[in-house]
Amino acid sequence: MTTFTGSQLQCIRGERTVFSGLDFALHSGDALILQGANGSGKSSLLRLMAGLLKPESGSVMWGQENTADEPDAHGARLHYVGHGNAVKPALSVRENLGFWARLRPSQDGFGVDQALARFEIGHLANLPARYLSAGQTRRLALARLLAAPAPLWLLDEPANALDARSTEILADVIGEHRAGGGMTVLATHARDIPGDMQSLSLDDFTARTVS
Amino acid sequence: MTAFGHVIKRELNLAFRQHMDSLMVLVFFVLAIVLFPFGVGPEPNILARIAPGIIWVAALLAAMLALERLFQADFEDGSLELLALAPLPLEMSVLAKVTAHWMTTGLPLIVAAPVMALMLNMDPDGVAMLLLVLLLGTPSLSLIGAIGAALILGARRGGVLLSLLILPLFIPVLIFGVSAIDGALNGLAVKPQLLILSGFFLASLALCPWASAAAIRQALE
Repeated sequence: MTTFTGSQLQCIRGERTVFSGLDFALHSGDALILQGANGSGKSSLLRLMAGLLKPESGSVMWGQENTADEPDAHGARLHYVGHGNAVKPALSVRENLGFWARLRPSQDGFGVDQALARFEIGHLANLPARYLSAGQTRRLALARLLAAPAPLWLLDEPANALDARSTEILADVIGEHRAGGGMTVLATHARDIPGDMQSLSLDDFTARTVS
Repeated sequence: MTAFGHVIKRELNLAFRQHMDSLMVLVFFVLAIVLFPFGVGPEPNILARIAPGIIWVAALLAAMLALERLFQADFEDGSLELLALAPLPLEMSVLAKVTAHWMTTGLPLIVAAPVMALMLNMDPDGVAMLLLVLLLGTPSLSLIGAIGAALILGARRGGVLLSLLILPLFIPVLIFGVSAIDGALNGLAVKPQLLILSGFFLASLALCPWASAAAIRQALE
């Protein structure tokens, strides 16, 4: 069984230590919610997990392998949904999703149209993405999770702009992903996605600045 | 189709849907050249004499114009993070974007250049050489420009900064591009200039995607 672990992670942004001495461990089927005040480093930790940021010290391991050694292989096994939706207004909904799906070729997986249908934007597939509402754009970004399979999902405030119905769909999708052995890490300031998940409060690792 | 091809296709698709960018570059190129006869005077010999330099400088400035947006939009909407995490190495994504950028901005300039050259009374021998050196030189401009475009990510007033960073690096292309045309017009040997331009292109092909990708990773941190 694969594990995704981080040990003694330290993150420094600018001159400020955001957090230090942070450990986490995820087994397949696990989900982890990152909680904490604004600026406590939820997004930074997610970016660290994705390999977009390098930890000041400590390591992020996939099984026995340090993810910093093989960044491309690590990138291929994860989906990162950040603050940006990576949606091009000039392209249609289907073209937007199709591009990201084709970058990760695979036999299984949902397929673009099914992924759109799952997030209930299938009927908008041919519409240029500039006409989508904020919530629909977010759903289009989340549909990437299904269009190409990856064992590790890193979601930064995934429920931003989502209505209650879409948040439920997202919770179901995460549930199915976990049932299939996938791992999910969510950063959220409000506990808006239901489900039985571990939680990690980043406030516990924030360096207390002496001033 | 490979992932590399998909990135090119997406970029071309975006460029055709938002064709203002390419059109703007082309119109700028034509306008900048058309200004010279007004400024220098319509004396055909003088214009013919300075035509290679005018066309090259206009091409450099026009290429500059579109470079600012090369990575900026992808940086702002989060696409660049996803490209950095995609199985395709970021260096290859950069190369694909630069290729598409050249096809949508460099190629139109090359197509328009002969008309501009004839307007400036350039000899037909020179026009053929002009096409050849533009074909050799403009890809280098796009490749070198990509480094600048990656370095200015997240900076304010990026466009001005970009010109300061990149224009000095364009000087070798300008020197040898113009001197090859002058050589062809005066019946001198042009092989050395062409070889240097080719070498410059190959060197930037090897180094620039790598340097741009490093700058992008830095900007994403």
